Parts: sequence; C-alpha cells; structure tokens
Amino acid sequence: MATSIDVSDLDIYYGDFKAVEGVTMSIPAKSVTAFIGPSGCGKSTFLRSLNRMHEVVPGARVDGRVVMGGQDLYGSDVDPVEVRRQVGMVFQRPNPFPTMSIYENVLAGNRLNSRRMKKSEADDIVERALRGANLWKEVSDRLDKPGAGLSGGQQQRLCIARAIAVEPQVLLMDEPCSALDPISTSAIEDLIHELRTEYTIVIVTHNMQQAARFSEDTAFFNLAGAGKPGRLVEMNSTKKIFSVPDDPSTEAYISGRFG
Amino acid sequence: MSPIRIRTKERPVSTDDRPQDPPANSASGRATVGTGPGQPVAAGPDTTGPDTTGPDATEPAAVAPAPDGPGGSGGRRAARGSAVRGEVSLRAPKLPRWAPLLTALVATAAGALLALTLGWGLIAFAVVSAAVYAVALPAWALVVENRRSAVDRLITTLVWSAFAIALVPLVSLTWTVVSKGAPAFSAEFFSYSMRNVVGEGGGIYHAIVGTLLITGMAAVLSIPIGLMTAIYLVEYGAGRRPARVINFLVDVMTGIPSIVAGLFAFALFSIFFGPGVRMGFGGSVALSVLMIPVVVRSCEEMLKLVPNELREASYALGVPQWRTIVKVVLPTAMAGIVTGVMLAIARVAGETAPLLVIAGSTDSVNMNLFAERMMTLPVFAYYSYMQPGVPPQFGVERAWGAALALILIVMSLNLLGRLLGRLFAPKTGR
Repeated sequence: MATSIDVSDLDIYYGDFKAVEGVTMSIPAKSVTAFIGPSGCGKSTFLRSLNRMHEVVPGARVDGRVVMGGQDLYGSDVDPVEVRRQVGMVFQRPNPFPTMSIYENVLAGNRLNSRRMKKSEADDIVERALRGANLWKEVSDRLDKPGAGLSGGQQQRLCIARAIAVEPQVLLMDEPCSALDPISTSAIEDLIHELRTEYTIVIVTHNMQQAARFSEDTAFFNLAGAGKPGRLVEMNSTKKIFSVPDDPSTEAYISGRFG
Repeated sequence: MSPIRIRTKERPVSTDDRPQDPPANSASGRATVGTGPGQPVAAGPDTTGPDTTGPDATEPAAVAPAPDGPGGSGGRRAARGSAVRGEVSLRAPKLPRWAPLLTALVATAAGALLALTLGWGLIAFAVVSAAVYAVALPAWALVVENRRSAVDRLITTLVWSAFAIALVPLVSLTWTVVSKGAPAFSAEFFSYSMRNVVGEGGGIYHAIVGTLLITGMAAVLSIPIGLMTAIYLVEYGAGRRPARVINFLVDVMTGIPSIVAGLFAFALFSIFFGPGVRMGFGGSVALSVLMIPVVVRSCEEMLKLVPNELREASYALGVPQWRTIVKVVLPTAMAGIVTGVMLAIARVAGETAPLLVIAGSTDSVNMNLFAERMMTLPVFAYYSYMQPGVPPQFGVERAWGAALALILIVMSLNLLGRLLGRLFAPKTGR
C-alpha cells in the first residue's frame, strides 16, 4: 500500500526562474521523511513536485525524473490527476471545503470523483478516516455540521482525514503544524507517528525538534545564495543529521549558527 | 504661556541627550521640568546645548510650537510634557456629548432667522444651516479640543452632507413615483391590457408579461455565456493572451450604449426576417448584449475571491480541474454569483431604448417571444406619457403606475438576489 519514491536530478522552474536544482534522493516506503531548511530554499516547491501540484502554478515545469513504483511521474503518458490520487497532500493552512459538512469533507475525494457508493460504505469510509485522523471521538456527534466550524487543529486533522480517505500511497505534508497551537501540534505529531505504519510520509517543517522527534530520515535544503536556486545539501538518517552531519552547513543550520 | 515654556525646555533634552547618557538625561530632564515655570532660565543652560544663551533664547523657542496648535491647547501640551516625567495623562479636554446637537440647533436657528428675514426658500435655508454647522462645530472643537478633533468633526460633517445630498434625488424620486403611481394601482390595472381601451381603464398586464418574458430570455441567454466566460478568464485563461483579449473586449462591451445594442439586434434580425422586423426575442438579444459584460465582471470577481487553497486541496485529492470548478469553486462562490446575476437582471429590466427599437409597442398581450411586437413596462411608460390620448390624465396616470410597477419588480429582484445570496452563503457553523 505504500511505495518508495526515487528522485533523480530534478530541476524545478517557475517560468524562467530555476527554483530548485539537481535534487537526487530516495524516499523510503512506510517511513517519515522530513525536509528542513531556511525559508525560500525550495522545500515546499520540491514537495509539490512529488504529486505534480507544482504545475498548477502557471508557467511552472520540471526537468528530471520522479519514479514511484517503477513509473516516472513526469512521463509523457502520465495523467497528473491519477498521480494525485496516489500521492495525497496536506497543506500549511487547514483548508476544509466551506460549503461541505464534516461528513462531506471526508468523503470529498470519493464524491468529487463521482464514485458511487452505498450509504453504509460511505459511513465506513468516514469513520475509518476520522478514526485514522484521531478526530472521530471529537466530531462523531456532529458530522453534519460545517467543517469550517471546527477549531484550527481539528480542521487540520479533518484535512488529514480527507487525504487518507482516498487511500493514497504517499502523504505529503507542507508544514502541517505551523498554523497550530502546541496541543494541536502534538495531536498531529501523534497522528503522523501512527500513520507511518501504512503510508510513506514526507513532511516539510521549520521545527527542528519536530523533525528530530518523528522522522526516520531528514533532508536539508539550502540556497546557494540570494537569487540562486535551492538545492539538496544533505540527506541522511535523522539521527546522523542531528548528531554528526556530513556537511558543515547542515550543522550550522541545525545548531542555529546559520548565516 | 508657562506650560509651553516647560515643553520647549525639555524637548531638546529628550532628543539630544538621551542616546549618550540615559540616566543623567532623565535626571536632568526631571530637574528641568520639575523646577517649573518659575526658573526656566536656571534650568536652561545646564541641560540644553543650543539653548545656552539664556532667557532670550527661550522666547523664540517658546513661540516655535505655536503653529502646531492654537494657544488654547496649552493645557494639553503640558499634559504631554508630563508624560516624560512618568505621570502619563491620557485625558484631554473634550466637547460634551450634546455639542453636535446644540450646534445643529444653533445652525438651524441661524438659517431660519436668515431665511425668514430675507424670504429665502427651503433649499437656501438647508444650505446655510449646513454651512453654519460645518464652520461652527469644527471651530468650537478647535478651541476646546485640538486640531485633529476639529478636522475629524469637519470631515464627518462633510461626509454626512454628501450622504444627505445623495439621498435627496432618491427620496424625491421614490416619493414622486409612489405618490403619482399608487392611485393607478387596481385589480384591473394588473389584469387588463390596453386593447380597445380609450380614456379611463385598461392596464399593464401586457407590459408586465412582455418585460418578464424578454428579461427572462435575456437572462437565459446571458447567464451561461457570462458565467462560462468568467470561468474561462479565472480558471483557465489567467494571464494568457486570449484571456487578455477577452478582458479587453468585455471592457469594450461594458461601454456599449443601450441604443446601439438595440440597433445591433434590429440589424441582426433584419438580415433574417426582412426590414421592419419586431419581435420580443430581438429585445432579449439586445438586452443580453448589455447584460453579458455585467455578468462576466461580477462572476469573475466572485470566482477570484475563492481561495486558491481550496482548488489545491481538491487537486490534491485527485479531482480533475473541471470537477473542482463545478463541485468546489462554484458552490463556494455561489452566493456572490447569484447576487451579481440578480443585480445584472435588475439593471437591464429597466432598459427602454433597445426595446423601443426592436420589441416595438402594442396594446395587446403577446406571449410569443418569436413573433410580433411585444410591450414592455419602460416602453409602456414612455408611450403613455408621450401620447396619453384624450383626455390625457388617464394615460399619464397609467404611465406613473407602470413606472411604479417597474420599480417594484426591480426592487423585488434585488431583494430576491440578496435573499438567495444569503441562502447560498457557505455556513461556518458558529
């Protein structure tokens, strides 16, 4: 159900501007991989290129290969919509659909793809996804209420439930906790910890303790300089990155002596 | 004048000395001000660099702040000066709450006095009263309060006057139409056409039917075209050349005079049906020429308001773009779109010129959009007023009645638009 992703020599452009250059990495299946690095170094851009969300921005394109389960995501005959069904995404700010109830929000992925299903099957999916996102206990009595009425942390877990309801193989998370308070953050961290047994999780974070707490591998991105493209400096097991990183700039960033 | 003197003595201290030696500064500052108005000369030399020339130098300095505000605000200056000493005062003299009311009374009295003695009319009286109020209240505030407050009161007065002036034609128009049109209303007025009616009696049934049919058909023509254009502009075209061209053309269309739209429809239908063609559908086409740009613009604005995050959330679930637009973007923007469309309909429902040209005028009920002349409310009002018949008072009365009916229809469309907008608005559950 989960799969690894192999990226080789990936360049990402916004129009003529090269945002990320020459990334080669291998993201292992059923584990949590964290991306860290200063703002604007292309972590999010790279993350978005893993499910072809990147090309939603007009003029954006990539060079290189992203291979998942033996298929190049950027092959000429690949449908980006199919890619996104396999690679789910959770965004920085919780974004439940404002016109839908909690129930409909969780089912959005299935319903919007016009999958016909029985009521019992739909109820099953909703309960499983909400339990998977640790939200079931809090909202099970008000599934028909609007999703936008939940608190920020609950909304973010609702978005995670929505993402896992379509049973993707990979879950991308773009700073999922940065808009949340510490208690909601810890709820989401616990959730990520549980989800790793079933999904390949890639998470961008600015919180290094967070990366150290729950990721198996960590990738450090950095800018070569102002106006230059971001690049992957180092990718290693989290333990190694946070104790004896190979690159001196990684150590400088992690220990706060960055600049 | 003494409080001002305090302030001028202490100001150079706080600006010049602070960076070099904060403790000494605060001490000397305290000393300076603390000595009070009695010994400004003694304090001057040892605290301020430029002011060391003694008593003479304090005089020009004391005058300097005067442009900041009038003499009357001296008390406030002192209050601000004391802030440096640590006793922060947040109080400032303020006009009593009833000041605007009193000023208004005085201004009205002054205006009335002038109007009565000089024999002016109502308008001159209102203008003079407003002018007196606009001068008196800020002046009073300037003396008691401060400059900022005076300006605030002046601008507040101006804004309210502008509002009142804008309201005058609206109230006047509503009053005129209601008072002249309401007497015409009766059961017969709404259920009879003008067929074979001379003089008293008859009604606007045929015109109401025509207006509803023609406007409805115009809406049927323009809403899909306008909405789809807006979807293209926002969702697909953004920034591309075709979108820029369409944007420009929509702008051009917005500026088309309504009579030109009518002539366009007339010329178009003359090609197919020969010269002198009249039909209701032609009126719908003319109206939709006027309506499409309005629909495009309002829908475009509403679609732009939908946050991109919702689109991305939908894409990330593997939903194709067209489904995202239909199931996520449009429902989210629905409230605004409905309101905008309703306003656009209301806007074209009152058009006269194009219908005069292409839909024509008749005394009979015509339910068929595709054949023969069709009466509409604006055209009915126009003809009834221009050719009221003999005797004229019944025709004129019917004209006002039709005008009132048209206003009511447009207003109920507006209200309906707002109601639907509220109905469709996304629920927050709070």
